[in-house]
Amino acid sequence: MSATAFDAAAAARAWRPPPLIASPLLRYAIYGGALLYALLAVGTLEVNWARAAEGLERGARFIAGFFPPDFVTKRHDIMEGLMESLTMTVVSTVIGVALSIPVAVGAARNLAPLPIYLFCRAIIAISRTFQEIIIAIVFVAMVGFGPLAGMLTLSFATIGFMAKLIAEDIEDIAEEQAEAVRATGASWFQLLAWGILPQVKPRLIGLSAYRLDINFRESAVLGLVGAGGIGDTLNTAFDRYEFDTAAAILIVIIAIVLAAEYSSSWIRRKVQ
Amino acid sequence: MPVSRTADDLPEWRRRTTAGDFAVWGAWLAGLALTVACFEFISGRTIWAFVWDAPTQGADLVQRMFPPAWTYADVLWKPMWDTINIATLGTLLAIAIGFPMAFLAAHNTTPSVLFVRPVMLFLIVSSRSINSLIWALILVIVFGPGMLAGILAIGLRSVGFIAKLTYEAIEEIDRTQVEAVTATGASNPQVLAWAIVPQIMPAFAGISVFRWDINIREATVLGLVGAGGIGMQLQASINTLAWPQVTMIFILILGTVVVSEWVSARVRHAVI
Amino acid sequence: MLLTLSGLTKRYPTGDLALKGVNLEVPKGQVMALIGPSGAGKSTLIRCVNRLVEPTSGSVVLDGTEITGLGAAALRRARRRMGMIFQEYALVERLTVMENVLSGRLGYVGFWSSWFRRFPRRDVEEAFRLLHRVGLDHMVDKRADALSGGQRQRVGIVRALMQDPQLLLVDEPTASLDPKTSRQIMRLILELCEERGLAAIINIHDVALAQQFARRIVGLRAGEIVFDGPATELTPEVLTTIYGEEDWSQTIRAVEEDEEEAVPA
Repeated sequence: MSATAFDAAAAARAWRPPPLIASPLLRYAIYGGALLYALLAVGTLEVNWARAAEGLERGARFIAGFFPPDFVTKRHDIMEGLMESLTMTVVSTVIGVALSIPVAVGAARNLAPLPIYLFCRAIIAISRTFQEIIIAIVFVAMVGFGPLAGMLTLSFATIGFMAKLIAEDIEDIAEEQAEAVRATGASWFQLLAWGILPQVKPRLIGLSAYRLDINFRESAVLGLVGAGGIGDTLNTAFDRYEFDTAAAILIVIIAIVLAAEYSSSWIRRKVQ
Repeated sequence: MPVSRTADDLPEWRRRTTAGDFAVWGAWLAGLALTVACFEFISGRTIWAFVWDAPTQGADLVQRMFPPAWTYADVLWKPMWDTINIATLGTLLAIAIGFPMAFLAAHNTTPSVLFVRPVMLFLIVSSRSINSLIWALILVIVFGPGMLAGILAIGLRSVGFIAKLTYEAIEEIDRTQVEAVTATGASNPQVLAWAIVPQIMPAFAGISVFRWDINIREATVLGLVGAGGIGMQLQASINTLAWPQVTMIFILILGTVVVSEWVSARVRHAVI
Repeated sequence: MLLTLSGLTKRYPTGDLALKGVNLEVPKGQVMALIGPSGAGKSTLIRCVNRLVEPTSGSVVLDGTEITGLGAAALRRARRRMGMIFQEYALVERLTVMENVLSGRLGYVGFWSSWFRRFPRRDVEEAFRLLHRVGLDHMVDKRADALSGGQRQRVGIVRALMQDPQLLLVDEPTASLDPKTSRQIMRLILELCEERGLAAIINIHDVALAQQFARRIVGLRAGEIVFDGPATELTPEVLTTIYGEEDWSQTIRAVEEDEEEAVPA
């Protein structure tokens, strides 16, 4: 290992810091594409800057209107909206989780035959593609205004969310454990209960807690399209320029989300 | 103590003790009771006559929705492009704010655990608990209807999401790499750039693309409150009961969401 | 004296007393092995020297500079003179070999030059020379996580040498390596120290390796130095004071018998 034959100076001259993307063609294509997109996007951006500049002043007045938050005047409406949101959250999470389990089993390639697999994956895809609000519009058109539409919407969205993640978890299980159960001569349902369930249970509980949290957050906006909940109350407050009440509602939402988040992360830590 | 003695002094194995059995059944019963009570509440606010009518209503709706108004698509390209821009520019805004925020919030990189970190955590929670639709509702009042309100709404909602997941990634980095770079005599910014940033980059890129994918979905409904994008057309079509146009919009949203999900999956696969 | 520790004490916030007033002197160019059971405070000791762990009391003097009590900027300048080598290599895994090696120069360049990877030409030359010396000059643009354990540790050594240090702090360099690679790495560290006249404190679990490669051995037990002497004086009785009762004859004989073959674990 003598250093005489090695020309460190030449090697140092030839060395370049490594670029982020190795292939030069791909690199310039991505840079060019990003530049082109930036030009097009900014070029077609329709912003009324005069109105926006005015907005800062309006914003200041608007924020001033938030203070002090008024919990009292509309306390009945706030309570009512909150109860709708909370009940909606609970029922839709229970129904959604209960229905998502069979769908998840059907959407796991290592358990289900192909036709059932495709059918369940299609349910998941439809449920996940559309924003909750859009689904809520359809349900409101079908069952009328009120929390039932919201409940149905959230249940439907929960199925897609839970089934997809649980199905992935089932596909990732330790195959040997399932194999060992199968080797004892267990039936398909026994296989589920003894070989699969113990492995996915912590994640199932954790995700359910997380989804409860999400469902509450979503329930706060479904009111905008008439599907009940605290969002309805909030929307009304904005419509009537009762910004102090709106501020109070926002604070209540943040407080509940905070509480839900802490408890759901606590539950997740417990079951892991 | 699941193993007990029967009357004939034979060992008997059960899964739980009697008290354990009661506790588990009690918990299930309490959960069921809560769900039923919640459902009762919702049911009290539902006009069931409309619900029993839902199948007819649904069939009627479907009949009116088909065939889709294919030619209406020509009007939709621009709003769809706007929707994508709202999502993309909003995500970029959120990245620009959320990335530094994550470092201020992470336990191991924050300049002050007592002061800066709690402030950041509060900002993150506020951003996350308010749905982008509510953000849009507020921003439309401030800045007037249009894309600007939409971009800011997406940005404000995504800041918390990106910052939260990123600071969790920062807190999970390998400390010895940080120690090694510190030991060379590197300054704090250098330790950040050389030991921490390289470790979180893949996670951060994945988080950003994931949020962009979610934002495409969210951006499709922002128009309902006047914050630009295809939701404006959706709102107009629903108000005029032009259901074939609504179908066309749904189809277009479906296509865009599927493409964005594919892009996001590809990018995440590439960086990890 | 290159390094003088006097009355060095470390109490962790949990209340554990890791070092109890350690006094130690290391002259220029001396390679010293620090042995002792897990939890004796070996890691804490070398981390107190470059203040990755803040000592509770006592003093650390490196070549006339009092390290304890230095401000942030002065501490960084002091750290440049002490290269550190880690047990799990501690390479930044997503950076290339060359970037990891150049990170040894971070204390010498400004933030933005380091951000854009603009290092002085002679730093890059030195990096190539050292990588060639350890036989890795063909791997400069490989990512660190693509390397084997022995290769990673070599990169770690080169990174420490890039600092142009006077002292190497070596923390369990061989604990994650197989016996053969362990010996190669130890030999490499020793050769490099000799070539450059570096002093080194090497924390090491493996008593046989310590005896074979270091002339001076310091035994640490429960935060106190219980042995300090030449490797030849390391008798079963001494090992018993350091580690506790055990049959040590095998450990010692293994070293006396072979000089080239791997020591059975």
